[in-house]
Amino acid sequence: MAKMGILIDITKCIGCGACEKACKMRNGLPLDLENNLSATAYTVVQERLPGTYVRRMCMHCQNPTCVSVCPVGAFTKTAAGPVTYDKDKCIGCRYCMYSCPFSVPKYQWDRVVPYIQKCYMCADRVAEGSEPACTAACPTGASIFGDRDQLIEEAQKRIKDNPHTYVDHLYGLEEVGGTSVLYLSNVPFEKLGEPFNINLPDKPLPVYTWAALEKVPTIVVVGGVVLTGIWWITSRRDEVKKFEIKHKEQKKLTGKGDKP
Amino acid sequence: MKLPKVTFWRIVIAAITILGLYYTVLRYTKGLGAVTNLSNKYPWGLWVGFDVVTGVGLAAGAFIIALTVYIFRIDEYKPILRPAILTGFLGYSLVAVGLLYDLGKWFDVWHPIVFWNPHSVMFEVAWCVMLYLSVLGLEFSTVVFERLKWHRLNHLIHILIIPLSILGVILSTLHQSSLGSLFLIVPTKLYALWYSPYLPLFFFISAVSVGLAMVTMESFLSMRFLGKGIELNLLNGLARVNVLVMAFYLTIKILDMAGRGVLGDIFSTRFESIMFDIETLVQVVIPFFLLLIPAVRTSAKGLFVTSLFIVIGFIMNRLDVAITGVEASSGTTYFPAFGEIMISVFLVTMGFLAFAYAAKYLNVFVHVEEKEEGPVEIIHDV
Repeated sequence: MAKMGILIDITKCIGCGACEKACKMRNGLPLDLENNLSATAYTVVQERLPGTYVRRMCMHCQNPTCVSVCPVGAFTKTAAGPVTYDKDKCIGCRYCMYSCPFSVPKYQWDRVVPYIQKCYMCADRVAEGSEPACTAACPTGASIFGDRDQLIEEAQKRIKDNPHTYVDHLYGLEEVGGTSVLYLSNVPFEKLGEPFNINLPDKPLPVYTWAALEKVPTIVVVGGVVLTGIWWITSRRDEVKKFEIKHKEQKKLTGKGDKP
Repeated sequence: MKLPKVTFWRIVIAAITILGLYYTVLRYTKGLGAVTNLSNKYPWGLWVGFDVVTGVGLAAGAFIIALTVYIFRIDEYKPILRPAILTGFLGYSLVAVGLLYDLGKWFDVWHPIVFWNPHSVMFEVAWCVMLYLSVLGLEFSTVVFERLKWHRLNHLIHILIIPLSILGVILSTLHQSSLGSLFLIVPTKLYALWYSPYLPLFFFISAVSVGLAMVTMESFLSMRFLGKGIELNLLNGLARVNVLVMAFYLTIKILDMAGRGVLGDIFSTRFESIMFDIETLVQVVIPFFLLLIPAVRTSAKGLFVTSLFIVIGFIMNRLDVAITGVEASSGTTYFPAFGEIMISVFLVTMGFLAFAYAAKYLNVFVHVEEKEEGPVEIIHDV
């Protein structure tokens, strides 16, 4: 499964925005910093509480909602971890935006031919064994890139070593089946807003729709058999009725003929 | 040449058409952002909620009547068959056109045919709607072939009509329920009164109810404006079936809410709860009790008013699930832009016009003779 990931330690983020700039440079996006994720900002750093900065980016779920909902399979969870998007397959239904539990995919609303835009964890660099532009640019180590399992170990070690600093929760370890991007915090996550939603189930969201979709073959087969069966019975009933009417008429005719 | 007479309704239709065309041009030359109030926080609006999700439900009458006539072979309902199939065909065509407005890359609308993702509910809906639109086209083509006197093609459709109807019923069952499954993916975004693991079942049953109501309404309106319609006793039969359907719907909804422990939320004064209550009253409770009154059930006007309640309530339900129910979690508010509303009104108007013209020039409301019906013979016994 997905190997690589990013660990974001909120206690270490100073809100310098180096990650944002690096991302924009890397992806040829307009360089002015933005307040929110958008079609021209794949990552942003937001000051949620005085001195507490939360960096937003795609969570790169282990079992991504976007991959499951896209009718044309425009999203892919790559073996290395990043969730990538194929703009040529996309038809623009925006079901990924509607369903993403972290509200990550953004749209080019002002374009005649719009595409979805989101962080792809610099999948091309990751494939070459390098790291994403954002983590490479982080001056404080607030965002580090690495093997997800090792990042989890590191995060748990940090929590264990500094139990008074960190809340005892590695966000992204279990949420919606786990995410490649993990967060450590000194403030309870529910006080920080998106992407932290403590109501999210640990079950991957695609499980919910699959519960309905897996019944499709059964409905087709059972429906086909039952409907054909009903039709066979009703048409047989009509045939019998028709035959009886004919028979009666014949009897009437022959009955009349018999009488002298 | 005689100029068409200027009447109130013609002016209204002309105004709608001009505005509709204006916003159509704007949408295709400036993009979705120029016409809609959609945003990154609110990616789905009126066009998904009404033109697609609601539109498919409103056209459900076609498969129910096809099931009744072709599979159950209840011949009394034959006069309803053609208007129902026409509504279905036009309804689904409008859904397809609506999609072309809403999809950002509308010219790639055919992609689900080649790029498959069986894990996507949207993929399943796309395939079902595509196939079912073809089924409806074939089912209705017989009316056109009959008019053109293309008897051999007509005969071919008659041979295929039973497998086509069976396919149509299966496809409808699948996608009417799957439109509900679309929303299973947002357990934390959709308000608890609407989010239920039984959404597919609720969507299917309410589609059956509104399908019957739509057939009734059309018949009443056709009678009124075109002088062609369906006998009252048949509509009465549909209404009686609908009483059972609505009773079942309401019962499982209440059981589901009780089971999930949210039944108390219907007494909440939250905006969503109030919307839910209004929707349920209009869609189910009021029409249910109205239909229990014999005087209502046996009068054309009574049936029309009841059906109107069901249809409006149904539209509210679909808009609530697709739009209102996710507003609180979106962190913003949404109300459709004038352009969005005009496009939807424009499409509905085109649907009405197409129906009126088809009813006028084709043999939609007249009971056809046994001979022309081919293999599906009516037994004129007793």
